[in-house]
Amino acid sequence: MITIIMIYGLLSIFLLISFIKSKENTKKAFKIGGKALLKSAPSLLGVLGIVGLTLGVLTPQTISKLVGAEAGYTATIIAGLLGAVTLIPSLIAFPLAGSLLRSGATIMTISAFITTLVMVGLVTVPLEVKELGKKFTILRNGLGFISALIIAFIMGVVL
Amino acid sequence: MKILKKFKLPFVILFIYILLAIWMPSIAKSSSRVTLDYFKEMALIMPPVFLLMGLIEVWIPKDKIQKWLGKDSGIKGGLISIALGTLPTGPLYVAFPMTASLLHSGASVNNMVLFLGSWAALKIPQLMIEIKFLGLPFTLLRFSLTLAALIIMGLIMDLTLKKSPDKKWIDSLNKNS
Repeated sequence: MITIIMIYGLLSIFLLISFIKSKENTKKAFKIGGKALLKSAPSLLGVLGIVGLTLGVLTPQTISKLVGAEAGYTATIIAGLLGAVTLIPSLIAFPLAGSLLRSGATIMTISAFITTLVMVGLVTVPLEVKELGKKFTILRNGLGFISALIIAFIMGVVL
Repeated sequence: MKILKKFKLPFVILFIYILLAIWMPSIAKSSSRVTLDYFKEMALIMPPVFLLMGLIEVWIPKDKIQKWLGKDSGIKGGLISIALGTLPTGPLYVAFPMTASLLHSGASVNNMVLFLGSWAALKIPQLMIEIKFLGLPFTLLRFSLTLAALIIMGLIMDLTLKKSPDKKWIDSLNKNS
């Protein structure tokens, strides 16, 4: 909700200033924005569908069951993979991680889940490739996954 | 035929949903509910975001973006990128088109990796929730390690993409402008 208020607020201020300064440029901005939106529409719709599919299968309950209270590196890797394929809003992800931690999952496992969740987005790959190119996407997600696992390991040792 | 090719991905996914509805109706039901929820969010967020991008492209000159976020912007550029990313501005998919237009206007890969990374991993409202549910030590440690990782990732990606640029992506940009 805050997000939406923030974006629309910013937009109205900018639009007003832009309109006062130049009608012509404002029209051009609408054209550029509209064209870019149409161009992105197919990958946006695709991402929506993929998000639904992954979250329909991987519900918070299923994730708890998969990560479980198990210790050891297998649980950490599973948590990392789950974090990489899902796109869960932080309002759901952090309470879930907190409850997993209380029910016996290790810090390493929880860190792997949270860090890959925020650093790697497999479901949004079609959109990222469309906007930023294949190489950028592969590098960002690949390096993100590796660093997430290293971060999880360090956190498990330190905390 | 052209439209069919453009919308290949949504069509393939629609097909999967139809198969699911036949074989596993309960999953199809929960999946479509999630998709519908996200659709509402996207429909509300994406149009103003793209319009904002249009305004930025029209009003902020390229040399300004190059100066603030380009390859010679140094530590200041990195700090600006991180600050922009941590603002409470919404889901990551919003950031991809923004990043593309900033890259197009002369921002460095280095800074854009920092921008995307802090957008995804270091957002202020998200950190508040994290502190509440996982504690301050966890949050602080994850924050600093992630920041360090992003800086290293930015350097690696900058070097790699400089050595072997993504020709296909660059071509697609030139075709559209």
